[in-house]
Amino acid sequence: MNTVVAQLQRQFQDYLVSLYQQGFLDNQFTELRKLQDEGTPDFVAEVVSLFFDDCSKLINTMSRSLERPENVDFKQVDSGVHQLKGSSSSVGARRVKNVCISFKECCDVQNREGCLRCLQQVDYEYKMLKTKLQDLFNLEQRILQAGGMIPQVNIS
Amino acid sequence: MASDGGVSCLRSSEMLNVGIGGMEPPPLDLDEVHVLAVDDSLVDRIVIERLLRITSCKVTAVDSGWRALELLGLDNEKASVELQRLKVDMIITDYCMPGMTGYELLKKIKESSSFRQVPVVIMSSENVLTRIDMCLEEGAEDFLLKPVKLADVKRLRNCLSGDVKLSNGNKRKLPEDSVTVVQASLPPPPPTPQPSLMTLSTDSSDSSPPLSPVEVFSSPLSSLGDDDVLTSSPECSPTPEESPIRRQKMGSPGLDQ
Repeated sequence: MNTVVAQLQRQFQDYLVSLYQQGFLDNQFTELRKLQDEGTPDFVAEVVSLFFDDCSKLINTMSRSLERPENVDFKQVDSGVHQLKGSSSSVGARRVKNVCISFKECCDVQNREGCLRCLQQVDYEYKMLKTKLQDLFNLEQRILQAGGMIPQVNIS
Repeated sequence: MASDGGVSCLRSSEMLNVGIGGMEPPPLDLDEVHVLAVDDSLVDRIVIERLLRITSCKVTAVDSGWRALELLGLDNEKASVELQRLKVDMIITDYCMPGMTGYELLKKIKESSSFRQVPVVIMSSENVLTRIDMCLEEGAEDFLLKPVKLADVKRLRNCLSGDVKLSNGNKRKLPEDSVTVVQASLPPPPPTPQPSLMTLSTDSSDSSPPLSPVEVFSSPLSSLGDDDVLTSSPECSPTPEESPIRRQKMGSPGLDQ
């Protein structure tokens, strides 16, 4: 018999698996989930929230650095990309991290147009991930409120 | 969330009180391992802090090498260094940081008489062999490739447990049965009176290595010799298969010198 909790748990599991399959998340997100327990039920949500704040800040800074074609501070942009790549890697934000790799390449050859495209793309990706994870966390909340436990999901 | 001065944690009530600015350091809890984590990235600090806490370490996380030196009492600014010195059992630091790199911090720690025995672990997102070699040569205990995983920290924790327990011979709690077994096979410790604060880090007055039992026994750090693959040690977690060179190891530099 499918209880509400079982249905929600199934939904959660399917959704999480789909995020991995679509490349939004990688193994490091799994590692983060390992660090969450009943005592720290919001750990992952808190970390990714900090990550998204980071994204927003860094994107703004890099945008300013790239603003004037005649005066681009590529060093500043490179520093921003480095930081973004690091933190995206630490939370398992795979797509964001991959954009950062291309972004760094554009930066290395001082390709302003390329950088601007990457900047736009990284902005898009982090916001997309933010929405997806919000949906995931909402599902978690609904499970908990229905008296259920968050399922352990094994990603192969 | 993050508090002032670049010292961050999720729950400030859990944060270890540090003896700076004239505050008395808390009574030393010899059962707990204290790690100083250094990383300029807030996200990474939160993650490493959690990783360490979950493996039963007390953690102080700071955002720069300068701040770390300040807490250790190694910046030349502070006068009464003794009061302000932090007891640490391990320092784990990011390599790439603005201002002072992890490598530079490592050097300063190894140059200090009070903290050179403290194991320093370097973390980096880049798998650059020359960088790894440089850090190991300078005395780094280990080199972790970011993103850091629970298995990496558990491994460090196991090694640290083994070292510290055997060096001071007191009743530290150990989660690992394997280390307890090794402890049982130790010969009786020499009957010299042990200073009450006999730890790797703070015992600057004792120049002869309190680490001599560690040389002989369980620490995977020394028992492997030239073998730089930790998976051969029964106490350590298996190497994650993803990265070609997860990290390299060498024997505890302090013992070889």
